[in-house]
Amino acid sequence: MSGGRLQLQNLRKSFGGVVATDDVSLTFEPGTLSAIIGPNGAGKTTLFHLITGKLPVSSGRVLLDDAEITGLDRRDIVRRGIGRAFQVANLFPSFTVAHSLAAGLMAHEGRTASLFRGFPPKDIAARAEEVMELCGLTHLAATESRHLSHGDQKLLDIALALALSPKVLLLDEPTAGMGPDERWRMIERVHKLWEARGLTLVFIEHDMDIVFRIAQSVRVLRYGAVLAQGTPEEMRRNPAVIEAYLGAEHAL
Amino acid sequence: MSGGWLRDTAVAMVVLALFLAFELAGFRSSSLLDFAIRFATFGLLALSLNLLIGTTGLVSFGHAAYFGMGAYSFGLLMQTGAWSIPAAILAALACTALLALVVGALCVRLSEIYFAFLTLAFQMLLHSVISSWISLTGGDQGLMGGIPKPAFLGIDLAQPSHLAGFGVFCLLLSTVALRQVVRSPFGAALRMIRDNPDRAAFVGLSVFRYRLAAFVIAGTFAGLGGVLMSLYVSGAFPSFAFWTTSGEAIFMIMLGGVSVFLGPLVGTAIFLLLNDWITALTEHHGLFMGTILLILVLGLRKGLLDFIMEHWRARKGARS
Repeated sequence: MSGGRLQLQNLRKSFGGVVATDDVSLTFEPGTLSAIIGPNGAGKTTLFHLITGKLPVSSGRVLLDDAEITGLDRRDIVRRGIGRAFQVANLFPSFTVAHSLAAGLMAHEGRTASLFRGFPPKDIAARAEEVMELCGLTHLAATESRHLSHGDQKLLDIALALALSPKVLLLDEPTAGMGPDERWRMIERVHKLWEARGLTLVFIEHDMDIVFRIAQSVRVLRYGAVLAQGTPEEMRRNPAVIEAYLGAEHAL
Repeated sequence: MSGGWLRDTAVAMVVLALFLAFELAGFRSSSLLDFAIRFATFGLLALSLNLLIGTTGLVSFGHAAYFGMGAYSFGLLMQTGAWSIPAAILAALACTALLALVVGALCVRLSEIYFAFLTLAFQMLLHSVISSWISLTGGDQGLMGGIPKPAFLGIDLAQPSHLAGFGVFCLLLSTVALRQVVRSPFGAALRMIRDNPDRAAFVGLSVFRYRLAAFVIAGTFAGLGGVLMSLYVSGAFPSFAFWTTSGEAIFMIMLGGVSVFLGPLVGTAIFLLLNDWITALTEHHGLFMGTILLILVLGLRKGLLDFIMEHWRARKGARS
């Protein structure tokens, strides 16, 4: 897939007197895998809200492949190619896995206005199957989302974002609330998806072992501002990062 | 078109043929015909309301407004003497759809409780317009002078047996149409919005447009129910658009079940049978109806068809 450069320029967001995002400028190059870390309340999720248009920015710009997307409707932003999975799986509880993906695909392509066809049409069902295979959800195709395990719900949430063929995929704590084994399975899956689709992947993560294992670059946020950025190695040596967040155990 | 659509049509035609054969064979007791017409009328009201409640997740307390609008616009058109019945029905449905479009555009943006109250408020507004615009509507006395029913295509709706057949035909046609709406990609979009409007917007749906479309479709089918009602009583009354009529439709849905497509029709049948039976027994029929509804709703905690389907699925799951 071509493209997928995400640039944030001097992004600011304040809620009344509280500055949640403070002059953030970051660039995510096409096809890279980056992690965003930072203590609770550092403004990581807010940053995702600003990029995806869930919250309006106070000032600054968001660019996708040099085209400005700041202030667009969030549906337009999804159409331009920014996908997002949520911290708490955000699903359609009564839909089966296969139907969730089919419905997502049809909605994305503006094909849900049809009253006379069946649901899902064959071409869509086939594409939903592809996504299920990629995400390892095929065996759960006929299971209703509400009956999935926590981990599979998170996976379906990612699959739903992935079905819309994004250039940039934002994952908000893909391993939140999972046990250690489940975490590693999930992160291997995410890594595989990233390789298979060649997309720009940005994930928020609290588990430093995971971050340092798979991320190509790390951005550290604190109090809404960028504290440091660089390779995982560099971050582990950075005194400011160690002091602010990592603690001694992850330092080199 | 999908195969399910054809199968539904076939089933509907068999049901209609059975009903007409039943009538022709001489089983046309007036109480049966009477029940068939009322079942068609209220079945349309409940089934269309469930497109909002069960499918789209919009609990409207003002659905009877469209029932009343269908009845009055049809009745008034027929009283001019210039309209044939099919033309007047289409025009009445167009009027109802227009009303639903205007009210819906103002209501569907609101969240649950405000949506419910605003739909109720618009219904009461329509009710008071009907009650007070006496020169047009006859006010509390209702549309006076009866509704002329010129025969069309060999169908004479002045005869109860024809009217019952016509009512059942309208109900079946609407049932097939609404079932297709629910099953189509459009219906999938409505269910996505019911389940999770936030994520539905994220994958690209305009929540407003789909809710509004569902509101207009539901209102239009309720309008058809109103048309049948005005044919049945040969007039129209303000109570058609009163909140108690909306409440009855909600009760019917609660009795039959929201999650199964035919639930509201089962609920309509139970409601009408209970109502007839209790009215014959006692004059305190509201008290008895209320008690029975409470027992059913609190005891089963869901509609009858919901309950049956859940048990059936659980048994099937246990066996496999």
